[in-house]
Amino acid sequence: MFLINCPYCGERDQSEFTAGGEAHIVRPKQPTELSDNQWAEFLFMRKNIKGVQFERWNHTHGCRKWFNMVRDTSNDKIYAVYKMGEKPPIK
Amino acid sequence: MNKNLRIANNKFIDQTTRISFKFDGKTLYGFKGDTLASALLANNIHLVGRSFKYHRPRGIMGCGSEEPNAIVQVGNDASMTEPNSRATEIELYEGLEVSSQNCWPSVNFDVGAVNNFFSPLIPAAFYYKTFMWPTNFWKLYEFFIRKSAGLGKSPTEPDKDIYDHRYLHCEVLVVGGGISGIMAAKTAAKNSLNTVLIDDKNILGGTTLFQENECFKINNSYSNDWLKKEIESLKSLKNLTIKKRTSLAAYHSYNYLLARENLTDHLDLNEKKDKIRQRLWKIRAKKVIIATGAMERPLIFNNNDRPGIILSYSVKKYIDYYGVKCGQKVSLFTNNDTAYETAISLSNSGVSVNSVVDIRDKTNSLIVKQAEKLGIKIHWKSSVVNTNGYKKINSIEIMKLSDDGTAVVEKKIKEKCDCLGISGGWTPRVHLFTQSGGKLKFRDEGNVFLPDKTELDQISIGSCNGDFELDEVIKNSINLTNKFLKVSNNDYENLEIVSSKEIDKKNIWLLPSDKPFGKTKAFLDFQNDSTANDIKLALREGFKSIEHVKRYTTTGMATDQGKLSNMHALGIIAETTGVKIGKLGTTTFRPPYTPLTFGTIVGRNVGEFFDVIRKTPMHDWHIENKAEFENVGQWKRAWYYPINNENMHEAVQRESKAARDSAGILDASTLGKIDIQGSDSSEFLNRVYTNAWSKLDIGKCRYGLMLNEDGMVYDDGVTTRLSENHYLMTTTTGGAANVLSKLEDYLQTEWPELDVYLTSVTDHYGTVSICGPNSKKILSKVIPNLDLSNKEFPHMSFKNALIDNIRCRVMRISFTGEHSYEINIQSSFAKSVWEKCFEAGKEFNITPYGTETMHLLRAEKGFIIAGQDTDGTMTPVDLQMDWIISKKKYDFIGKRSLYRSDTIREDRKQLVGLLTEDPKEILEEGAQIVAEPNKQPIEMLGHVTSSYFSPNLNKSIAIAVVKNGKKLKGQKMFVPMRNKTINVTITDTVFLDKENKRLNA
Ligand SMILES: [Zn+2]
Repeated sequence: MFLINCPYCGERDQSEFTAGGEAHIVRPKQPTELSDNQWAEFLFMRKNIKGVQFERWNHTHGCRKWFNMVRDTSNDKIYAVYKMGEKPPIK
Repeated sequence: MNKNLRIANNKFIDQTTRISFKFDGKTLYGFKGDTLASALLANNIHLVGRSFKYHRPRGIMGCGSEEPNAIVQVGNDASMTEPNSRATEIELYEGLEVSSQNCWPSVNFDVGAVNNFFSPLIPAAFYYKTFMWPTNFWKLYEFFIRKSAGLGKSPTEPDKDIYDHRYLHCEVLVVGGGISGIMAAKTAAKNSLNTVLIDDKNILGGTTLFQENECFKINNSYSNDWLKKEIESLKSLKNLTIKKRTSLAAYHSYNYLLARENLTDHLDLNEKKDKIRQRLWKIRAKKVIIATGAMERPLIFNNNDRPGIILSYSVKKYIDYYGVKCGQKVSLFTNNDTAYETAISLSNSGVSVNSVVDIRDKTNSLIVKQAEKLGIKIHWKSSVVNTNGYKKINSIEIMKLSDDGTAVVEKKIKEKCDCLGISGGWTPRVHLFTQSGGKLKFRDEGNVFLPDKTELDQISIGSCNGDFELDEVIKNSINLTNKFLKVSNNDYENLEIVSSKEIDKKNIWLLPSDKPFGKTKAFLDFQNDSTANDIKLALREGFKSIEHVKRYTTTGMATDQGKLSNMHALGIIAETTGVKIGKLGTTTFRPPYTPLTFGTIVGRNVGEFFDVIRKTPMHDWHIENKAEFENVGQWKRAWYYPINNENMHEAVQRESKAARDSAGILDASTLGKIDIQGSDSSEFLNRVYTNAWSKLDIGKCRYGLMLNEDGMVYDDGVTTRLSENHYLMTTTTGGAANVLSKLEDYLQTEWPELDVYLTSVTDHYGTVSICGPNSKKILSKVIPNLDLSNKEFPHMSFKNALIDNIRCRVMRISFTGEHSYEINIQSSFAKSVWEKCFEAGKEFNITPYGTETMHLLRAEKGFIIAGQDTDGTMTPVDLQMDWIISKKKYDFIGKRSLYRSDTIREDRKQLVGLLTEDPKEILEEGAQIVAEPNKQPIEMLGHVTSSYFSPNLNKSIAIAVVKNGKKLKGQKMFVPMRNKTINVTITDTVFLDKENKRLNA
């Protein structure tokens, strides 16, 4: 059970949050101009990394804000949390 | 009680308070402070169960949570009985009733014991290999396996006990109240750290508490006396909370731990009542110190499972702590020094010790010398090659070991005994450390896995960290603790410690016998009956991974998770395959460390607290009017309102007819309501719905369909434009929370530039829906000054109004196809408005109707229910709702997916209507639809999603999804059922009033 440092509220128990999958997948601005393959790339393809992963989280039972997290999926170590729209603090 | 088996020892046991209890129906006596196991032993009862596979007699083997054999059923009340309890952990109380498990019909006469004679036929994986075929025999096998397997009985009635959950936050959590844990907790608390110390026993002190021996002294006191003073000194520490009878169940990431506190299990039956039985502590600790100690290993030799064969240190605890003799003539068998502590304790208590059989060459440690001084006989470099006695050990056979330890030599000596204490060394309890994600390292000395790398703020100290000698335990524990807590506690500097040192070490995982291997029975997993043979067989059959061997032989898979002998299994695999143990890896230890009751896991979340129950403001009215309720998500919705003895069908037929003939009233409060405000609200709706919203006039309502990005229908509902930048969106009842989350997600992450604010107002407003040809007349009575003319208040529009000076919003929208209104009013007034409408409608026979009638009425009109007629694979085109997809809009959620190669396929399942050939025949929802019922294999073209008997059309109607259904209108299809095939015709989905005349009637 993680202890997550919500960028808006501070440290809270994982049970207050919902995971939202891989981060930094931008919805195409002009979907109609994409081929089936390009659209499918956005729609379906996810990396599912074992190791350091950038992911979206929502403080569902708190401020309801979405934010991003850098987490090592192999040991659940959280390296950083940062607000939507911000650049990842680490690479 | 057998007086001969008790010694006068009043240190820990109150021998003045006698307690009666029942074991297998027989009344027995023990003392306050006894465990069930110590009381049984004092009554000379060793035999407490049968093994799982061979049904061999099994006796008490240990004294704590690792006990593999003494597994009992507690209580015989239908709601209180609990299987798989360890006799070694049950504190004796007045009124305790237990029975042995895994024996049928009784522990002394067991039908399954015949398995023992056939045991060569029951090798590893016997169950997998045999009971697999023939398949239809499984029912027969299952009966016997279940009957004879030791899984205990489940309670048949709900648990009457109260359980509880609580959170606990601390700076330092110390797990284990032995000597290391006590010193660590004291150090932490003295340095102003908020500290919690937990221990699973009812008393602190661990094994040092009863270590009274010349060879172990601290500052000239016995180690136990020194420790008692330390425990005493904890009382004055303000920052320290001590929780006894609390066992750590699980250690998760980020130092989140679960511990189970036993509150009443030790109390007399009449004192337990109305108290919380067990509490689950949810602990978040900044730092964790694990001081869980070590557990003694058995030795693996021929017939090592007879009742009376007990772990050596447990024999010592029974005599030193409980004052109970495990036997009158005890033999000991060891590979290390600790058995000599037991020998000395027994000897000092007047129990005759036959001999100590030691596999090592003669060694001269302090403790061995002391034993020799007491005249205890020692068989050096020897092994027990066999034991005798069926229900209780009566003798052992001893032979000399060869120099390399792989064989036994010379003459066999037979030694009579009634108890054999065995010690195979010690296994650090690293379970919690590994549960927390920590990685282990292997140390050759002592053959132990020790804590190595961890990501968490934690340390392991004491014997769970591989320190077994008293002076090392003290020195290393305090050094590690000081460093870990970044403090300097010098309380324990300059202690004068006497500690016997183990000089010689030797280990043989599987001890040789004079009988050939294969003819011996050397048990590894006592509960699951797996032997060294089984492990070797598995290896011969090609299993290499420890995880596979474990599953194949079921070693370590019983309720004790093989705590005692996992190391031996590894050792034997390593020896047989020639791989180093450290290279084999260990099995994974999964939580909980010891079994938890379901009661503890669920805590207070039972009965009406199992889940949140949401009630509408009109709920009480529905109850008064005898409504049956339906669960829709967490909501209780009125389902139908039976009159007299009507069944559901009759009630729904009546309600449905009344709503179309005159007037019906429905509680629609549960529909999700989202208040949308901000200057970009119109643009926002444009992007989330498939149709266009910019041109919706203020005061108008519009139906919208929301898709997922994959083009599939997600939710639907009517949204009303209240003012220029203010909308009220409605969603399905079940979808409300998810829709809000989805909209928030897009607003925050994809379109942060939009000026839009979302607020859930579902609970803020109650919704009264009146429908039917007389609804207009009724509403005009309720709100007389509102112009209800079609010109002023047409279908799909909205008006602000006042009812008794309370503001409300009235929408003229319809889910039934009838002329109808929805009044949204502040929840606290909703019930009175409902009653007012009902009163006003009485002259028109206004009929309250529930969700079932609502579903029927909308089906007559072919309106979909998202989630019933759709299942996440239906596009709007599949639903034949092409009209709702804006061609002009550049983009909306899911648009691009509507012309992917897959979504434009013609043979997708499409929404159609179905009429049965026999109008009285009602289809079953979920029934399959086929074109050629006699073809093999039969091709499923689709299924029925909604089906009703329509009283207004006087025939059965159904909605279905059918492959290529759009083009099959008029075609005959078949619905094969268990004993008949129903003929149907594919039709349009709108069955009633295709011209929508009733909306304005
Ligand atoms: Zn937050």
